[in-house]
Amino acid sequence: MARVLVAVKRVIDYAVKIRVKPDKSGVVTDGVKHSMNPFDEIAVEEAVRMKEKKLASEIIAVSCGPAQSQETLRTALAMGADKAIHVEIAGKEYETLQPFHVSKILAKLAQDEKADILILGKQAIDDDANQTAQMTAAVLDWSQGTFASKIEKEGDALKIVREIDGGLETILCKLPCVVSADLRLNEPRYATLPNIMKAKKKPLKKVTAKDLGVDISPRIDIVEVVEPPVRQGGGTVPDVDALVNVLKEKGFVKK
Amino acid sequence: MFSAINRNVSKITQPLYLSRFQSTLVVVEHNNKNVAAITQNALGAAKQLGGDVSVLVAGTGCGPVAEILTKTKGVSRVLVADSDAFTGFVAESLTPLLVATQKQFNFTHIVAGASAFGKALLPRVAAKLDVSPISEIIQVKSPDTFLRTIYAGNALQTIKAKDPIKVITVRATAFPAEPLEGGSAKTEPAPAGDYTNSLTKFVGQELSKSDRPELTSAKVVISGGRGMKSGDNFKMLYELADKLDAAVGASRAAVDAGFVPNDLQIGQTGKIVAPDLYIAVGISGAIQHLAGMKDSKTIVAINKDPEAPIFQVADCGLVADLFKAVPELNQKI
Repeated sequence: MARVLVAVKRVIDYAVKIRVKPDKSGVVTDGVKHSMNPFDEIAVEEAVRMKEKKLASEIIAVSCGPAQSQETLRTALAMGADKAIHVEIAGKEYETLQPFHVSKILAKLAQDEKADILILGKQAIDDDANQTAQMTAAVLDWSQGTFASKIEKEGDALKIVREIDGGLETILCKLPCVVSADLRLNEPRYATLPNIMKAKKKPLKKVTAKDLGVDISPRIDIVEVVEPPVRQGGGTVPDVDALVNVLKEKGFVKK
Repeated sequence: MFSAINRNVSKITQPLYLSRFQSTLVVVEHNNKNVAAITQNALGAAKQLGGDVSVLVAGTGCGPVAEILTKTKGVSRVLVADSDAFTGFVAESLTPLLVATQKQFNFTHIVAGASAFGKALLPRVAAKLDVSPISEIIQVKSPDTFLRTIYAGNALQTIKAKDPIKVITVRATAFPAEPLEGGSAKTEPAPAGDYTNSLTKFVGQELSKSDRPELTSAKVVISGGRGMKSGDNFKMLYELADKLDAAVGASRAAVDAGFVPNDLQIGQTGKIVAPDLYIAVGISGAIQHLAGMKDSKTIVAINKDPEAPIFQVADCGLVADLFKAVPELNQKI
């Protein structure tokens, strides 16, 4: 049975309307609701389903970030992960932490924990990078099953259906392998209150990037973060005829 | 929205001393017969980086594609790797080829379109080169400074890459498409090697067939949301699409409800489009959907809820029941 490592990120909740800091250094995060990156919830759910199908023996949840990342790990534990590892990275270092660094941390942990399958979300909804899974697979020299919408075990491989631009694609990824979860992989479960209580007793280990021998000095500098230009609505028209006229004026419909 | 920004880009000219040392490799996306449209936008971005532009065509029987690229203006070198190893274009086979190509030619930039192909491949290549990749840029400010969106397009981030090799994916809608003509490059073999990988095997594809224009490059896009109520009702939109030579897209809600296949999804986690005309039908306009379409030149919204957020970005809104308005529209145009 496989040992599964699942990576989760604490991000600003998807429903929050973000605000850019006046000094253009980033977005306001203090006092803003955070939650687990939605794609990572799907990754955790898939790991738990693997365990329920007796494909996985143990699920280890990992998160890199400040102290509050532990809340995200507790959520993963409440959903069914067995133990958690918090890689503490705070302050300035967290501001310039990139998928580049996270992939090296995850690769080291995957080896230390003897994981066979690493599941991540396809992208974090804050930096929208869509890089970590691919980079981790490269560091480990493992196969990668990106943007997965279906995963099945087939011999010593995972049969993965991927969401690609023109439709769907099926590949066979030899184990060990790294998978990134797309939206339609599954419907994540809610953590129940008894499971939230039980999660408090599950083991959570804290380490640092230094402990793992990973250099987290920035490779990319953030010059500035600004608001996008605001688009102004142009009002409404009373009926279909008026709409047709607008389309004609703009040249989309022949007069 | 970014059209104003894009206009300024063309004014940026690279100092000569810089461009002399710069060389960009564009990874070509194709199906062994035709070049994917997004590669033309990637070539547009490569041109803005300045310096020499090479392209890499890897595939199985990809001669026709290489031939097209030799005729592309501004391309100085077409590297070709034709092998069964590249069946299905799996990242595990292409990465070693890209690393070998990089070792031989020492490019300063490696660029591909930010499609499913580019997004799966380039971060793997970057990790192998030990550099931090840059996703989905919307503007080149200088050879090491780029603009990209974060938080579903709700903030613009300017970043400066410190790595010696810049590995970049490009948002198609933010860069002009280079025409595949006017050039006369020669093909050369890419570095030889056995690129067969033992990690991942391509099994097959199920592509959605459509006679309509491709979603990401269509001039007109008509999208349906949860308000369409069923997949059958999308027929109304297909009828309208045929009249306007438009592509049809959908919101996540419509895809999740099973009305249409997921490759039609427009938004933060689907496709990014910026057509001349975007018609949103029965779509409320959630942040995640707006991220995929708010750079459209003209946005038209048809929704019965006057409070729907889509009306805040629409140039022209019609508050009406779509089941009455769309058939009427189909009749009148």
